[in-house]
Amino acid sequence: MTTGLLTFIVLILIAIAIWQLTKIFDLSQAKADNTQIANDKDNNVNGYLMMGFLMFIYIITIISFWKWGDLPLIGNAASEHGSSVDTLMIISMVLIFFVQTVTQALLHYFAYKYRGKKGRKALYYADNDKLEFIWTIIPVITLAGLILYGLFTWNEIMDVNMDDDPIVVELYAQQFNWKARYAGEDNVLGKANVRLIDLGENPNILGLDREDAYAQDDVIVQELHLPVNRKVVFKMRSQDVLHSAYMPHFRMQMNCVPGMITEFAMTPTMTTQEMRETQKIQKKVSRINALRAAKSETLIAKGEDPLEPYEFNYLLLCNKICGESHYNMQINVIVESQEDFDKWMAEQETFGKGKVKK
Amino acid sequence: MSATAAHAGDHGHDHGHHHKETFITKYIFSQDHKMIAKQYLITGIIMGVIGIGMSLLFRMQLAWPKESFTIFEIFLGNWAPEGVMSADKYLALVTIHGTIMVFFVLTAGLSGTFSNLLIPLQIGARDMASGFLNMVSYWLFFLSSVIMISSLFVEGGSASSGWTVYPPLSALPEAIPGSGLGMTLWLVSMAIFIASSLLGSLNYIVTVINLRTKGMSMTRLPLTIWAFFVTAIIGVVSFPVLLSAALLLIFDRSFGTSFYLSDIFIQGEALHYQGGSPVLFEHLFWFLGHPEVYIVLLPALGITSEIIATNSRKPIFGYRAMVASILAIAFLSTIVWGHHMFISGMNPFLGSVFTFTTLLIAIPSAVKAFNYITTLWKGNLQMNPAMLFSIGLVSTFITGGLTGIILGDSTLDINVHDTYFVVAHFHLVMGISALYGLFAGVYHWFPKMFGRMMNKNLGYIHFWVTAVCAYGVFFPMHFIGMAGLPRRYYTNSEFPLFDDLADVNVVITMFAIIGGAFQLVFLYNFFSSIFYGKKATQNPWRANTLEWTTPVEHMHGNWPGEIPHVHRWAYDYSKPGHDEDFVPQTVPMKEGEEELHH
Repeated sequence: MTTGLLTFIVLILIAIAIWQLTKIFDLSQAKADNTQIANDKDNNVNGYLMMGFLMFIYIITIISFWKWGDLPLIGNAASEHGSSVDTLMIISMVLIFFVQTVTQALLHYFAYKYRGKKGRKALYYADNDKLEFIWTIIPVITLAGLILYGLFTWNEIMDVNMDDDPIVVELYAQQFNWKARYAGEDNVLGKANVRLIDLGENPNILGLDREDAYAQDDVIVQELHLPVNRKVVFKMRSQDVLHSAYMPHFRMQMNCVPGMITEFAMTPTMTTQEMRETQKIQKKVSRINALRAAKSETLIAKGEDPLEPYEFNYLLLCNKICGESHYNMQINVIVESQEDFDKWMAEQETFGKGKVKK
Repeated sequence: MSATAAHAGDHGHDHGHHHKETFITKYIFSQDHKMIAKQYLITGIIMGVIGIGMSLLFRMQLAWPKESFTIFEIFLGNWAPEGVMSADKYLALVTIHGTIMVFFVLTAGLSGTFSNLLIPLQIGARDMASGFLNMVSYWLFFLSSVIMISSLFVEGGSASSGWTVYPPLSALPEAIPGSGLGMTLWLVSMAIFIASSLLGSLNYIVTVINLRTKGMSMTRLPLTIWAFFVTAIIGVVSFPVLLSAALLLIFDRSFGTSFYLSDIFIQGEALHYQGGSPVLFEHLFWFLGHPEVYIVLLPALGITSEIIATNSRKPIFGYRAMVASILAIAFLSTIVWGHHMFISGMNPFLGSVFTFTTLLIAIPSAVKAFNYITTLWKGNLQMNPAMLFSIGLVSTFITGGLTGIILGDSTLDINVHDTYFVVAHFHLVMGISALYGLFAGVYHWFPKMFGRMMNKNLGYIHFWVTAVCAYGVFFPMHFIGMAGLPRRYYTNSEFPLFDDLADVNVVITMFAIIGGAFQLVFLYNFFSSIFYGKKATQNPWRANTLEWTTPVEHMHGNWPGEIPHVHRWAYDYSKPGHDEDFVPQTVPMKEGEEELHH
């Protein structure tokens, strides 16, 4: 805590010091020029600073990429549609960086180049239809391309259907945890309504209809397991407030809305184990574990328990403000082979208190 | 038109000489647009200090999570037991920070100040169409500010469901303590705020249409006035929808209706609500919420247009294109709201429609950016603090606007929606840009408001430190967003996955604290210059617009004699054939001289 407070105090002191300095600066040149309107010297200094600022923008961009460039989730999507999202992202990013670099350069260079000088007269240049046509039509063409590509991908992703023999899983959100419900052997989720929730001795935590035959083989779990390369159709439900089912590694997100069922379909393409073995994740994990080890040392010195080493797991996390513990509403997502998935599923109990049938 | 002007002329004469003003009619219940502008500005600055101060507090929590700070104990009291900010009060701070900055600072503080100050002065009118409604508008704004601030002190704390106050979280006190009395006060405050904003906007529209002086055709209006005028129209179209959204929410909260609520089980109990949908609220909210972005931004762009032209000593490039793009942005802004809802459960087909309209808005925005850059080309740039902030605005407008291409694309939005990428995007493109517009306007029109100059060296320090810190705060934020870090997390330390983002958060917070601290330089400069600043001359920036033809000392009715007539557009800077590098709008055309921009 002291570091933060100290920094704060130091900063305020610096601020006061600078303010005092300008006062002295002002007093010293009071006679020369006290109009408070920019003179040639100001134009010069600030013109050069504009160039300096352009450099600053470039440098902060380069440093950010150098230091944090491997943070963004690009290029290692763990789902089928995720790679087309990534491709579009890369195209858009390249375009943005090109435009950013050029326009910032023009803006700041002109600000430097044409900094005011006594006696110079600016060019009276009010209009040029040709120029304006050019910079209207170029964005039009570029954006038309982006829009078409984007919409094509979007329609593909959002087309939720039952082709390709998917498994059906309900993601159920409540303050502040997730549950998953598998549709079971019949691959149809039993009817449910929050008014049927029963927290008593024979609990019915998701409010399933006990009379509904489809509900009997449903399986409710606290950890989401998915077989690799098999399409999953998610049906989202929330029992209290808005939540958002966010699985960043799969480039998947959909809000969970009380009173309605939302959908998203995707096909995981990499098992958890395969993802752990990719270079990018290994680098990330070792970086995180180095940080955790350093933190653990200070914790041990204080007589507290050290942090557990981190092992990568896919996550489902809440990404819509949902209350006090919004910041800690997560479950692991395990992608595994069909055999492992079946084995895990066989250990679960169905809603109708039966064993999962093969 | 001329009849109106003449009539208004007599009216002003009366005011100038006969009325004795008391302290109360002059400084408190003033109907003079210049005084009302100052009231808006100072209220906005006070709200700004509170809003930015809050952001520094929760930034400290994000950089050093769950640590104890004396400063929290001082400012937050029981929101930070033993100096540690509590999780739900973190959300309260985020919520009120957003509300204050968007509505109270950048809507009322920016548009309220400069629309009031400049509309009558730049179109050549004695005052607003209705001085009384204008006064009522300010005092409603003041009242709503007081209510919003007082909501911080009630049982359960202030509203805590984000500035978007999505139900059911905002509707159910069971869901979060802030959704009790605090949320009720939030809604009451916003309802009053909307009434204030509507009164103001109607006044601006009527004034611009009816009270222009002789010769001030719409195509000769300065771009500031175009921006304020169109902003007012957007406000009138969209704010009532937010009011209806708020009223329905009040009904759900207090009278048991189910507009937004259905099938809810909370704290061991199923509630009676049936048939409503939170998605309805999202539609209504963003029908204002997105135009609101332009309500905030357009006045800043208008101010920038004026300041860049004046200080470049050049006409604004492409006046007609600038007006056309303001109109295009205004129109498009009302049909893009769904891009906030791509993954809300809305029909994906609607998502594609909104992607299309959203990306279209990039076109007029690009035109504006290019036109600003071309205005600088071959200019004679006078680097006054206002000019620096205007150039800074163009810079952040580009940086922040470009990432809009990603967020507006429904496909890409899936993975960055509600992450820090969004926070970075909108803070740069509307937060920082509009704030720069506000600063630019204050530095530029301070002599008009207070008859004195602000200190330029303090202005330079203020700009350069702010500019560096703004990038320092929001540029790295894109990276943690793309790493998948959701916004509105009290801390990301519950996720080992995000452990390597901790140092980025510290960097961001350091820049935020430095940038925040240097706003004190501005505050000092502002308040001390009101009393001790160098006395201003009548037209210190050698500008063309009408406000600089009024006397430095304020008077009721603005001009001592007749209202000047206008003979040309506002941008005859460095026009060939004139000795001076500016030709005020009141100067008649020389024989054979052409109005080149037509």
